[in-house]
Amino acid sequence: MGQQVAVSLRSNFERSETAEPARLHSRTFMVLDAKEVAVIRFEGVSKSFPGVRALDSVSFSVPGGSIHALMGENGAGKSTLLKILSGAYQPDGGKLVSGEQTLQFSRPSDALRAGIAVIYQELNLLPELSIAENLFLGHLPVKKCFLDAKALQRASKEALMRVGLTLDPKTKLGTLSLAQRQMIEIAKALSRNARVIAFDEPTSSLSSREVETLFSLIRELKTQGKAILYVSHRLDEIFSLCDAATVLRDGKQVSTYETLSDLTPGRLVQDMVGRELTDIWGWRERKIGEVVLEDESGVTVHAGEIVGLFGLVGAGRTELLEKIYGNPRASIKSGICLCPEDRKKDGIIALGSVQENINLSARRGFSKLGFWLDERAEQASATKQIEALSVKTPSPAQPMGLLSGGNQQKAILGRWLSEKIKVLLLDEPTRGIDVGAKREIYEILYAQAEAGVGVLLVSSELPEVLGICDRIYVMREGKIVGELTRAEATPERCLELALPSSPNPNNGEPDKAESSFDSPDKQRLIGRVTPNPPRTHPLLVPRRTLPSPRREGGHEGNEWTGGFEWPGGFECSPTSKYLLTQRLGDWG
Amino acid sequence: MKNLWKRGGMAVVALACFAVFALLVPGFAAPGNLADVLVAVSTVGIVGCTMLFCLAAGDVDLSVGSTVALSGVLAGLLLQQKFSTPVAVLVPLLAGALIGLVNGIAVARLGVNALIATLATMQVVRGLAFLASGGGSVGISDAAFTRLGQLKIGMIQSPVLFMVLFFVVFGLLLSKTIFGRNTLAVGGNAQAAHLAGIDVVKTRICIFVLQGIAAALAGVLLASRVSSGTPRSGEGLELAVISGCVLGGVSLTGGVGSLAGMVAGVFILGMVRNAMDLKNVPTFWQMVASGAILLAAVLLDRWKNRRT
Repeated sequence: MGQQVAVSLRSNFERSETAEPARLHSRTFMVLDAKEVAVIRFEGVSKSFPGVRALDSVSFSVPGGSIHALMGENGAGKSTLLKILSGAYQPDGGKLVSGEQTLQFSRPSDALRAGIAVIYQELNLLPELSIAENLFLGHLPVKKCFLDAKALQRASKEALMRVGLTLDPKTKLGTLSLAQRQMIEIAKALSRNARVIAFDEPTSSLSSREVETLFSLIRELKTQGKAILYVSHRLDEIFSLCDAATVLRDGKQVSTYETLSDLTPGRLVQDMVGRELTDIWGWRERKIGEVVLEDESGVTVHAGEIVGLFGLVGAGRTELLEKIYGNPRASIKSGICLCPEDRKKDGIIALGSVQENINLSARRGFSKLGFWLDERAEQASATKQIEALSVKTPSPAQPMGLLSGGNQQKAILGRWLSEKIKVLLLDEPTRGIDVGAKREIYEILYAQAEAGVGVLLVSSELPEVLGICDRIYVMREGKIVGELTRAEATPERCLELALPSSPNPNNGEPDKAESSFDSPDKQRLIGRVTPNPPRTHPLLVPRRTLPSPRREGGHEGNEWTGGFEWPGGFECSPTSKYLLTQRLGDWG
Repeated sequence: MKNLWKRGGMAVVALACFAVFALLVPGFAAPGNLADVLVAVSTVGIVGCTMLFCLAAGDVDLSVGSTVALSGVLAGLLLQQKFSTPVAVLVPLLAGALIGLVNGIAVARLGVNALIATLATMQVVRGLAFLASGGGSVGISDAAFTRLGQLKIGMIQSPVLFMVLFFVVFGLLLSKTIFGRNTLAVGGNAQAAHLAGIDVVKTRICIFVLQGIAAALAGVLLASRVSSGTPRSGEGLELAVISGCVLGGVSLTGGVGSLAGMVAGVFILGMVRNAMDLKNVPTFWQMVASGAILLAAVLLDRWKNRRT
C-alpha cells in the first residue's frame, strides 16, 4: 500500500514541476536574497546535563543553499544539537548566529519565528485534524473572530503546492502515508518562512521511492537557498544528498568536511566510531547442523546457521516472521523466539527496569511452584546477560527506556538467551543502531549460531544480509522467490529477485536460484517489460531515474561518479560499494 | 532527606500529615478517633488493593461502587430469606466475581475500552441493586453476619483486620509473584508482554475478577457493619479509590504502582477527611479540599519527577 501512495506522490510532484513556470522566476530572486541571510552558524555550542557533557564546543556553519550532514552514533549529541537549534534546550556555552545576529531562543516558538524549523523523526502532527488545520495550527486565518475557511483553504493549497502535493487540504491527516505527512511537515515549515530546516533521520521509515521523492524536495529547497541540516545514520544518503558534513562523537566535534568529494565512507565511519573498522561483519565459517525450523512457506533453518530473509519494504517479510512465530507461548515453549521490528512499540517495557525486561519471558522457569518469584535467580540471570552481551547500563534497575537503541536491542536479545532456544527470529535487529553496536549484535548472533541456534534474520539492508548470513531467501509479494547460498549471493542477484520486475534480467546468464521457482512466478519475473522506471533499493542510488528538480546546473558536487554499473542501470552507492568490498575482502 | 523523599515518597507525606494533624487538631490523635479513621478507610483500602492491580495493568474499573451496593443488598436479601450466614457471604462474593468476569471479558477479550465497559457495568449493577432491594435498604438482623463486620479485637474492628490482610496478600502478590510482575509488564507494554509469552488476556481477566471479589467483600463487610444492605451505598467509591491510588503514585496509563504508595494515598485522604470532620468543616468544603489535595499531589509528583 505504501508503494502505491508513493507512486501518486511522485507523479504529483512531476506535475507541479511542469505546470508552474511562473514560480521559477520568483525562486531565482529568492536564491539571491536568501544566500545572504539564510545562514546558521554554531559557535562553540556546549550543553551539559547532570553527569553528561552532551555537547562540547561545537562550531560549524551552514550557508544558504547547502545541505549539511550531521552524523554520529546514538548518543553522540545530534539530538541535543537539534534541540538547541529548535529552542527546546538552551546552550550552556557558545551561541547560534544567523548572519550578523546572535539568536537566543527561550522556547521553540522563538526559533520558529526566527525562521528555523526542525522536522523530527516523530512528526508533530494531529491525525484527527485536516491537512489545512495542521498546516496553520497556531496561526489560523481569522475573519471577525471566526475561522476564515476560504483563506485557509487557499493558503493550504498554496503550501501543499510548494512541496508538490495535490491533496485536498480538507483531507484528514490521519489518512495520509508517513511520507506524505513528512511533506506536510515540510510544507508547514515553508509556510512559516523557514530559512533553516533541519531533518532528524527523515528516511528511517520510508520506502525507497518515498525517499527519492523526499530527496528531490530537499534538493529543491536547497536551490531555493534554504540552509539545510540533515541528520542520518545512512552513509549513502549523506553522499548522495549532502554538500558538507560534521561528525560528532560523545558530544565532541570530531571533524567537519566542507566538501564530500574526496571523502570516503570508511573515513566517516572511522570518525563516528573512533576506531578503524576493518571488517564490519566479522563473518566466520561455522558447523551447520540439522534442520531446526521448517515452515510451509519454504523456509528451513538449520542449527548453527544464520539465514537472511531479504526483500523490499512491503514484501511480506515481517508477516512471514510473525506467521512462523504464531502463538508466542507455544513458540517459546518449543524454543522459537522473536525480536520484533519496532523495539519501542513491541519489544521493550520502557518504564520497567533492565532486569525486568530481560526476565520478562524466562521468569516462569525460575519461579517456585510457578507462582513465587525467585529474586536471586532473576538477579543472577539479568547480571549474567548484561555482562555477556555488554549491555551498557548503570545498573540492572535502570529503566529500559533510558538505554540507547543498541543497548535495548542487546537486552531484548538477552531476554531470549536466558531461555533454552533453538531458533531466533530477528526483524530488522540493527535498525536505528549505530555502527559499533551493530557489530556487537552480529557477534552475539555468531556466538548463538556457534552454540547451535538457528537464526532467521529479516533486514532491508542488503549489505548486512550479504555480510552476515550463510544463506539468503529473497521475498517478493509475500512469497519466497529465491534461495541463494553465501557463495551465490551477490547484490545483483538479490535485487533481481526482490524487484517486482527486473529491468535487465539475468544478463543472459541462467540463474541457478531460479530453478526453484514455479513457472508463473518465473514468467512474471523475467518476461514482463515494464514502462515504469526501475525501482530502487535504499542502498542503491539511481542515477538517471531521479526526477531532478533542476536538470541543468544542479548539484553535481556530491554525486558519486566513480561507481560501477549494475545490470539494472543502477549505480552502487559509495556505502554499498564500501561495504561490499569489505565483504569481498573477508572472502579473500 | 532527599533519598528518603525519593524512596518513601507518599509514605513520608502520610506520616507528615499524621504529625501535623496530631499537633494541630484536638482529638485527632486520641486512640478512639484513630480507630475510627481505620474503619472509615477500610472499604477504600480493600478495594484499593485490587484497583492498584487494575490501574497497574493499564485498565480501570468504575463498577466497584455498584458492586459494593449489590453485594450488600444480596447479603441482606439472602438473610431475609433465612439462608445461612456462609451462603449470605459467599453468594455476594460469587456475584462480584461474575461482574469482574464480565468486565474482564469485555475489556481484555472483546477489546472494549475499560472506562466504557466498566461505566456500563457500573450503571447496570447499580440498577440491579435497586431492583433487588425494591429501592430501599434491606435490614439485617442475623447476629452471626453482623458480627463479621462489628467484631472488635481490642480497639481494632474486623474490617480493619480484613484490610490489613488484603494489604499483606496483595503487597506480596504484586512484588513477589509472577502474576504481579506480569501485571506491571502488561501495563507497561501489552504488546511486548504478549510477544514475550505472557498471557495478557488471562492476566487482565484475572485482575478484573479479583477486583469484583474484593469489591463484593468490601460490600459484605460494610453491610455487616451498618446492619443493612443499601442500594445507595458505595456511591462515588470508585473515584475515592482511584484518587487514593493516584495520590500514591500509581500511573493511570499503567506499568507503575506500589502497594505502599496506594496505602499512603488512601490514608492521606482518610486522615484529611477525619481532621476536617473534627474541625467541623462543612461537607461541601471537604469535597473541595479533597479535590485540591489530589491535584496538588499530582503536581508535586510531576515536579519531583522532573527534578530527578
